[in-house]
Amino acid sequence: MLWVDKHRPKSLDSLDVHPELTTRLAAMSEDGEIPHLLFYGPAGSGKKTRVLALLKRIYGPGAERVRLEHRSFKTPSNRVVELTTVASNYHIEMSPGDAGIYDRYVVQDIIKEIAQNRSISASMGGGGSDDKKSKIGHKVVVLVGVDRLTKQAQAGLRRTMERYTSSCRLILLCHSPSKVIEPVRSRCLGVRVPAPSESEVCSVLTSVCRKESLTLPPALAARVAKVSKRNLRRAVLMIEACRVQQYPFSEDQEVQMTDWENYITQLAREVVLEQSPRRLLEAREKLYELLTNCIPADIILKTLTRELVKNLDCKLWGEVFKWAAFYEHRLHMGSKEILHLEAFVAKFMSIYKAYIIAEFM
Amino acid sequence: MVDVDDVVMGGAADTKPAAQQAPPARLQPWVEKYRPKTVDDVAHQDEVTNTLKGAIATGVLPHLLFYGPPGTGKTSTALALARTLFGPDTYRDRILELNASDERGIKVVREKIKTFAQVAVGRATHQAGYPCPPFKVIILDEADTMTPDAQSALRRTMETYSTVTRFCLICNYVTRIIEPLASRCAKFRFSALGQGAMLDRLSYISREEDVKIAADGLQAIVDLSGGDMRKAVTAMQSASQFYAGAEVTPEVLVDIAGKIPAEVKEALWSAIKSGSYNKIVAAVDDFMSSGYPLSTLLEDMQEATVADTTIPDHKKADICRRIAEADRCLIDGCNEELQLLDLASVAARSCCSQ
Repeated sequence: MLWVDKHRPKSLDSLDVHPELTTRLAAMSEDGEIPHLLFYGPAGSGKKTRVLALLKRIYGPGAERVRLEHRSFKTPSNRVVELTTVASNYHIEMSPGDAGIYDRYVVQDIIKEIAQNRSISASMGGGGSDDKKSKIGHKVVVLVGVDRLTKQAQAGLRRTMERYTSSCRLILLCHSPSKVIEPVRSRCLGVRVPAPSESEVCSVLTSVCRKESLTLPPALAARVAKVSKRNLRRAVLMIEACRVQQYPFSEDQEVQMTDWENYITQLAREVVLEQSPRRLLEAREKLYELLTNCIPADIILKTLTRELVKNLDCKLWGEVFKWAAFYEHRLHMGSKEILHLEAFVAKFMSIYKAYIIAEFM
Repeated sequence: MVDVDDVVMGGAADTKPAAQQAPPARLQPWVEKYRPKTVDDVAHQDEVTNTLKGAIATGVLPHLLFYGPPGTGKTSTALALARTLFGPDTYRDRILELNASDERGIKVVREKIKTFAQVAVGRATHQAGYPCPPFKVIILDEADTMTPDAQSALRRTMETYSTVTRFCLICNYVTRIIEPLASRCAKFRFSALGQGAMLDRLSYISREEDVKIAADGLQAIVDLSGGDMRKAVTAMQSASQFYAGAEVTPEVLVDIAGKIPAEVKEALWSAIKSGSYNKIVAAVDDFMSSGYPLSTLLEDMQEATVADTTIPDHKKADICRRIAEADRCLIDGCNEELQLLDLASVAARSCCSQ
């Protein structure tokens, strides 16, 4: 089992970061009742962990007994779409964005069905072992990645949220609330989960290592915290990778980045070294390689931009950011991602070449 | 007959409490709980309510078109009007409320609306104390999101069945209602609520719900919501639930409303002013990991830009244009970080190259 899962806090009390938020959530869920919630914040800040802990607090340990289900449904155009859900007796978790353009039907059919049905089974009770259950007449639907939903799907959510308030609560999770439509946002209580500070990441790392009975030099912890960009999940994964690499830890040991990041770093270095059609062709191969390994195109572009400017005179940064933003927009408007990524690389080459010629020749 | 359970939407919370177990009072949205029940209760829209009261007294009602900014009581007025006309029992059979943002296709107009409009009503259901005129009301919420085609399909329906059915169109932008429809209706404009009216209502709700809130807290809600009553009430409810028991202060409200605290904005703004790309990138990273919504920052940045006295006007125009572009890009689903990086560097160049 990965350390990330093994040491994931299970209850509200054991959450490491943002104690203030935890107290407030606990106070609010005192009698098991919550409004619709919208958790937002960057990756690895502990949104999901917090939600699961909150559910456990409300429903007791039963919320931890989850099972995996595959639901399939038919769209009006007779296409069968599959969706994986994780459910306990009290909540169901899914990521409707996975259904792509059919997410609207997920919202309209599956979620609505759950919202309607649950009030009955919840009020029926079933094994009356814990008395908390009978008091709470609603179940919770956790939707991950709401910002990836289409506008229609979000609009469909709007109605569902209003109509079935008595039988169902929605907990929405997303990275960027800007992409969630205002009517949905205004129906939820927004909970912002900021990334933990570097020192918080350090202390979590230290405590994880203590549980594994390892000693972690503070300097290494600080470096991992920095490299992980305050992403807790990444930090823990990284420290585990370091453990595999060598133990006992040394203060100056190398912190391994993921393969695709190294790959992009390499690509950036090559592009800065030489600007020629041949290089562009090589760059294309690399980009294809990244895409076929399922790295999202906007992540590639973002990482590439950050890597490119590292090796660059500050004067050019503005220009590079401009075109990165430009092509990233194109990426979303167009359909073929490789074209825009390549166009960005070509554009960068031309900017850089022009700069070199103007400066040094 | 159209299945009313299937089509009554917005009023669901108060029209069918018996169908499912009623939500505990604490969780019922205050927006629904304190929705004005009668036309008299609707705050601030005196001209509209006076005219409508006349209509209720005589039982003669034209087709209606309500328009105005969100949260000014358009839907509430329509529902209250229907309730006053028909009484709580017959009310459910006599109105059809369609939330147009979901069901706006021409098909819905042709099938659901037309079927409902065709059916005549009997006099037998008359109830003591209510005028109960012999027609039904179709409330089309958010009518401005209906396609022009669907709107045209309504034209004839409105006229043909005007003996048994009245339409009430509700929209934010009256210009998006096609002219033939608009000319068939009596138009009512709802204006944004004044500070006084909002303060009255909010302090009433806070007393009823036993919310600990000081005068400056109420004022803060009014300022944050900009005349939108729904937003104000939701903000107050969220604040009081989330900070259960504690007093609701202006700082808490800023947090609840998802607004960005001044010091966060200040940090970013001063990085931009410094003109150093290293600082900008660091500030952008900080902002992104703090998790605030970029769309909110864009609004704030626009205000800050306009208010800034050190930037010449034509440079301000450049920045504002980039802000507008970033907003558009966000709607298209772009990466926030890249947009902010570019926006910040555009702003930095504008600030520093005089």
